[in-house]
Amino acid sequence: MSDTSQGTGGVTFDQTKRSWPSEMNVLLALVIIIVVFEVLGQILPYMNDQSFLFDTRDRFDTIFNEARIKIIILQVAIIGIIALGVSQVIITAGIDLSSGPLVAATAMIAMSFGQTELVNGYANPKALFGTWAMDLPVVIPIVIGLSFGAAIGAINGIFIAHFRIPPFIATLGMFLICRGIALWWSAGNPISFPTAQYKAIGDGMMPVVWFLSLAVIFHLIMRYTVYGKHTYAIGSNEEAARMSGINVKRHKIMVYMIAAMLAAFAGVVLSAKASTAQAGMGEFYELFAIAMAVIGGISLTGGRGSIIGTVLGAMVLGVIRSGFTYIKLDGSYQLMAMGGIIISAVILDQYRQRNRA
Amino acid sequence: MSEEFVLQTVGLTKHYGGVHALEGVNFDMRKGEHVAIMGDNGAGKSTFVRQITGVEQRTRGKIAFYGDEVNFSGPLDAREAGIETVFQTLALADDLDVPDNLFLGREKTKWDFLGPFRLLDYRAMREATMAGLEKTGVKIPNIRNTIANMSGGQRQCVAIARTATFASKLTIMDEPTAALGVQETAQVENIIRTLKEAGEPLILVSHNMRQVMDLVDRIIVFRRGRMVADLDVNATSGEDVVSYITGAKTGTEFEGAA
Ligand SMILES: Nc1ncnc2c1ncn2[C@@H]1O[C@H](COP(=O)(O)OP(=O)(O)OP(=O)(O)O)[C@@H](O)[C@H]1O
Ligand SMILES: [Mg+2]
Repeated sequence: MSDTSQGTGGVTFDQTKRSWPSEMNVLLALVIIIVVFEVLGQILPYMNDQSFLFDTRDRFDTIFNEARIKIIILQVAIIGIIALGVSQVIITAGIDLSSGPLVAATAMIAMSFGQTELVNGYANPKALFGTWAMDLPVVIPIVIGLSFGAAIGAINGIFIAHFRIPPFIATLGMFLICRGIALWWSAGNPISFPTAQYKAIGDGMMPVVWFLSLAVIFHLIMRYTVYGKHTYAIGSNEEAARMSGINVKRHKIMVYMIAAMLAAFAGVVLSAKASTAQAGMGEFYELFAIAMAVIGGISLTGGRGSIIGTVLGAMVLGVIRSGFTYIKLDGSYQLMAMGGIIISAVILDQYRQRNRA
Repeated sequence: MSEEFVLQTVGLTKHYGGVHALEGVNFDMRKGEHVAIMGDNGAGKSTFVRQITGVEQRTRGKIAFYGDEVNFSGPLDAREAGIETVFQTLALADDLDVPDNLFLGREKTKWDFLGPFRLLDYRAMREATMAGLEKTGVKIPNIRNTIANMSGGQRQCVAIARTATFASKLTIMDEPTAALGVQETAQVENIIRTLKEAGEPLILVSHNMRQVMDLVDRIIVFRRGRMVADLDVNATSGEDVVSYITGAKTGTEFEGAA
């Protein structure tokens, strides 16, 4: 050891000596994927020299194809909100499969308190409750939706932390329960015609605004607060965290609650964007959210990864989706490509883990 | 229970299902005393440590700390009461760096009104870590390295620095020098001597006879979960201790215990 420590005392603090952050790999992958689509656009005969990312036709005042970039982010924003929470769960070495159905259940519940009484002068044809639930201030459906999410998350957390049910099983059960709640809430009927205020939550680029602001908030929380530090500590070594005096059970419940509240909020935004809530909404969202986290470098064994990584992982999925549409290959290819990328991300993570110890 | 004792256990017992890992241990140590616990693998030494630090709940028996009976519901309670422990498993979070581990569970924070979202005072923790490492003479090339990237000895140094950085009423070290090189072992032994000079009591679990003979006042021997000897280092020899450990001998007051 004496040969690795320099000088007297041997204690050095060298900020420059930090290792290559895993986010850089994701960024690199993102750039490579964009370049591939850009090149494909040039060489595929039916593409007529279009550009994937650049504005070749001068439709906008910028060099980039703004419309495409907006669409890329917009289509991953709502799942991205879920991914922010799932990332925290995975950092504790857990998993949350319940988020997709929770999106649907929350969409139904929240929108049933966010409907408007009169549609073009006629009574709302999709009204679930009486007039008492009509035209309420928008905070009411939001608070109800988030409280529902918090309750579901608390149940997940209690089963996992106190009854030691494996997270996979506990949240798989909750997956079915939430889908059931979504169907039961209005007996399978869609709930539509929200108030203008409610609609505004998901209007235009609002989902992106929510996603990016929540990403910034949770990035700061994970990096600079005790909550974040304990989340990483639990995922690194749960026993050590407990021996160090961290209340592991309480903390895990909090993590699952925050994750579920983020999924619930995604449900509110999704229903606002679609102006309707349906029991089948959010299908596969939990899996895409997990994929974003994993592609972004969040290790399934816990303890490692960051919110920045997850945001980049979301961008990777967005670019792939948009890129396949751009080169006019349909959804089936998209799914296959995404599957391949998810597996590669996990392989890369395991490779990194093996090479460090 | 008497106040002159730092730690006193009466009939301390721990069963893991059918495994009687600890059976009726009556242990006591006086203020300023350094006591070693010796015994073969599986004798119950670490189990004893886990019971008095609240990591596990004992099956029965009483524990008194500075004369007051205590029932620690978890490791945090024990630490708040002033017990600092180097566990045999080290209890480090692999993906965190040195300051994070030193302050895990008792972070220096700012803006405490934010509750669980209070801010970490990274700079203060880094400075305290540097000071703590300097004080204990522990050498770690880069404190921003994660524990996963450190050698076994360096990890052990971090765990030891963690206890030595904080003032305590009782320090417990469970095989602190097991993975250490010659220099580092000497360093840890110096830390222990510093504690002795400061009058801070210590329980040292060790298999190293020379170390124990050099450092402590009293040797307790465990065998198959029972305390079988309580020896004054000045009135005993290494061979003597070995014969207690192997079971060739049992202390007179412990006849019939094992
Ligand atoms: N959680 C547990 N469940 C069941 N048995 C256990 C558990 N922990 C320890 N034991 C058993 O209790 C006995 C005492 O173990 P302990 O770890 O206290 O030994 P030790 O004296 O510290 O040994 P070493 O010198 O190897 O560290 C052993 O037989 C062990 O197998
Ligand atoms: Mg042991």
